Amino acid sequence: MFGKLSLESIPFHEPIIMSTVAVIAIVGAALVGWITVNKKWTYLWSEWITSIDHKKLGIMYFLVALVMLVRGFADAIMMRTQQAMAAGGAEGYLPPEHYDQIFSAHGVIMIFFVAMPMVIGLMNLVVPLQIGARDVAFPFMNNLSFWLFAAGVVLVNVSLFVGEFAKTGWLAYAPLSEAKYSPGVGVDYWIWALQISGIGTTLTGINFFVTIMKMRTKGMTLFRLPIFTWTCLVTNVLIIAAFPILTATIALLTLDRYFDFHFFTNDMGGNMMMYVNLIWAWGHPEVYILILPAFGVFSEVISTFAKKRLFGYNTMVWATLAIGVLSFIVWLHHFFTMGAGANVNAFFGIMTMIIAIPTGVKIFNWLFTMYRGRLELTSPVLWTLGFIITFTLGGMTGVMLAVPAADFVLHNSLFVIAHFHNVIIGGVVFGMMAGYTFWFPKAFGFKLDEKWGKRSFWFWLVGFYVAFMPLYILSFYGAVRRMQSYANTEWQPLMIVAWFGAVLILCGIACTAIQLIVSIRDREKNRDVTGDPWNGRTLEWAVSSPPPYYNFAHLPEIHSIDNFWEDKQKNQGKAQLADPEAIEYKDIHMPRNTVAGPVMGAFSIVFGFALVWHIWWLVGVGALGMFAAFMGRIFNEDIDYYVPAEEVKRIETEHHKQVEMQA
Amino acid sequence: MREKSYLRVLGAVLLAALPLLLSGCSSALMDPKGQVGEEQKVLIITAFALMLIVVIPVIVMTLLFAYRYRESNKDATYKPNWAHSTAIEIVVWLIPCVIIVVLAILTWVTSHSLNPMKPIAEDGKETMEIQAVSLDWKWLFIYPDQHIATVNELAIPTDTPIRFHISSGSVMNAFWVPELGSQIYAMAGMDSQLHLIADETGEWQGKSSNYSGAGFAGMTFPTHSMTQEDFKAWVQKVKDESTQTLSFDDGYQELAKPSEDVPVQYFSKVSPNLYNDILNSFRKGISDEHGEIGEQEHGERMSAEAAE
Repeated sequence: MFGKLSLESIPFHEPIIMSTVAVIAIVGAALVGWITVNKKWTYLWSEWITSIDHKKLGIMYFLVALVMLVRGFADAIMMRTQQAMAAGGAEGYLPPEHYDQIFSAHGVIMIFFVAMPMVIGLMNLVVPLQIGARDVAFPFMNNLSFWLFAAGVVLVNVSLFVGEFAKTGWLAYAPLSEAKYSPGVGVDYWIWALQISGIGTTLTGINFFVTIMKMRTKGMTLFRLPIFTWTCLVTNVLIIAAFPILTATIALLTLDRYFDFHFFTNDMGGNMMMYVNLIWAWGHPEVYILILPAFGVFSEVISTFAKKRLFGYNTMVWATLAIGVLSFIVWLHHFFTMGAGANVNAFFGIMTMIIAIPTGVKIFNWLFTMYRGRLELTSPVLWTLGFIITFTLGGMTGVMLAVPAADFVLHNSLFVIAHFHNVIIGGVVFGMMAGYTFWFPKAFGFKLDEKWGKRSFWFWLVGFYVAFMPLYILSFYGAVRRMQSYANTEWQPLMIVAWFGAVLILCGIACTAIQLIVSIRDREKNRDVTGDPWNGRTLEWAVSSPPPYYNFAHLPEIHSIDNFWEDKQKNQGKAQLADPEAIEYKDIHMPRNTVAGPVMGAFSIVFGFALVWHIWWLVGVGALGMFAAFMGRIFNEDIDYYVPAEEVKRIETEHHKQVEMQA
Repeated sequence: MREKSYLRVLGAVLLAALPLLLSGCSSALMDPKGQVGEEQKVLIITAFALMLIVVIPVIVMTLLFAYRYRESNKDATYKPNWAHSTAIEIVVWLIPCVIIVVLAILTWVTSHSLNPMKPIAEDGKETMEIQAVSLDWKWLFIYPDQHIATVNELAIPTDTPIRFHISSGSVMNAFWVPELGSQIYAMAGMDSQLHLIADETGEWQGKSSNYSGAGFAGMTFPTHSMTQEDFKAWVQKVKDESTQTLSFDDGYQELAKPSEDVPVQYFSKVSPNLYNDILNSFRKGISDEHGEIGEQEHGERMSAEAAE
């Protein structure tokens, strides 16, 4: 009846897990209670859950990412604590069975459920506004993407207290992830969480690619695209090209595990090297999927706060495109030690180094954007400066790893761990924090508190160096990754320093939480009614904050890259505000909210959960539910409507009045 | 004023980090005990130094520009529309290009000279062979010429080139003795090769560097590097101390069963076919076109194929 699922599947004997579950249950119950008492369910359903508004979806993506950051960080500090304790015969407090799940979950959560939704969230919020569009090309699909992603999040979290998570590392290398060596449900949770959310990501890629190619406002040629949108465009091309590889690879592993196939098994002609190649053929582009939009954020931030045009716009675009192409021909550098010949290794090593050229050029271009500017040292700028220095160091260690003969002694060691946290924290996390602070007022109409933002930055920056520099040093002593314990007590002092670094990062995360609370409390003080709090350069700052649901009452026309900023310069530095009375408004064509998206998402959770536990009738229920909701959507003709011109006029007049009042 | 205090904090952090960095000098990778490791040490330092040519100016420029062009400094030039300079563009493309060209040449040359499959040329010294098999969760070392085997203990004579044949009886692992140099994956059904040499005597910790499941952390083994005479004595000791024999059908199956933190074990007599039998046990269902197992080039060919 319930497949492999029974009461024994719940780890009652694990105090750490059970107390976590208790805390989640209490917080969850409090939240549900609060919503019920305040009668917010209808509001939540109609304004958020079923919303197709790209801005709201962007906010939801980012919110989920921040919550999952806490979960992923909890894993991180547990690992650091274990390694600070388990030296010279001491076993620490986590047995291998638990420790192995934690480092696997940490990687999966941080990449798929923190970094990805942060990037996709910002993209949702900003890209349509930057290109002067009223929504994305496929608004329903956008909602569906979010709920498929959310289904993945739910499955990963369910694995915490029903069954187990993978004990294979975040990429589940075969043959360890095969049924013979990992008979439990952990790898199956990994499979279905990534399959379901991965399909959502692919849909997002298609959606935004089409949006940017087809929905740019009048005059916005490709070489007038704001640089953040450019990086998102390349990222979406990479998503379209790379994510199907992930889907196919996991599907092959699924066949191995569920139907006794032999794609990646040890015997019967299976080939684990094929798995490693395929997973990195996705995995390497994936890191550029994450970092490119972060590059875009830094470009916007630095030119806005230096009050100066971005240096070398065309070079930036070409460098981005070059990185995008090169990202597909470097994957083998993740396994030089597999034993490919010298020629093959050298080729992939050199290709990898070549990526350092366009990346280096980008860094110089940011520097020359500051040069002869008037740099305001706001918190987004601090994140950017911290990024330039940290990422340059991370790039350097990356090139060291790219030399195959050097990689033979650095691979699989803590050097690799230090390197990729160097670029992912220094690049993606700093970028997303900069973007979060930069565009928060656009989403909510008030700025984030600067004091707490800067505190968060300093804790993150110092915390990063304290946590990861010791790992670089330890790698020179031969310390490898994923050790539950180690014999060498000489390593322990540095492990304790690294643990302290993690505590500093915790303070950074706490500062971000406090910043949010303080900012909401003081929102009237930090209110921005103009919609342009930073003296911005691109179109998203031309509309009110938060923008009306239709974004632009009139679709704007563009004549140059920094059109909005140039118009302000011609008008004594102020935005030209047309008198709403003098303008003729037209009806605006808009998509309706969707019930199908969240319903399909909910059934995909049922579907995935049932597959994990081999509950076949429930798999049928899940599949049927998704199919029915999809058919319902297809045969629903009532998917759009017109916003009457009077309504547009009312909203625009209101905004106009507020701006006048403040002026 | 604010900026200055930031700089001071940064300086203090860097200063605090210095002793940590220096402590790396006596480490396994910076004080290697074999020729391969020695060349890798030089390579790492060279690559590091080459990149500092760009990295240091970038860091200095970041701090300098951010300070010089801060908003409150009204003395600095402000050119809001200056966004292009052909001269700067040429320089910022050229410098990374030149460095990468140098690094690329270095990469090509060292990929060949430090190719793990390449035998180490040592005048008048014959290469010794050791077969290393990773199991759940221990290492089996077979000495085909000495007809002995050990579990979780490796002994090698100094100044003698060693050819390791590396494979796995289970999931993927990687064979690594940091003091000697390169590591290479151990994969079931695959015969990988690694050539190493020890220049001095000593005892170092070898390990699996590729995560392989619950007992992974315990997959370490002492590596004894000893003189030829001591090595001969050690071989004799293994033969004397142990009465156990090992072949694929007799003993190996029992040994291959998962076990953690396994103590050192000796086998005084080992079937000459054991290594090939282990490889062959994973070759079920494969057509003959791949040829016989046990050819020296086989592992190389398989892995190169997969990489292409």
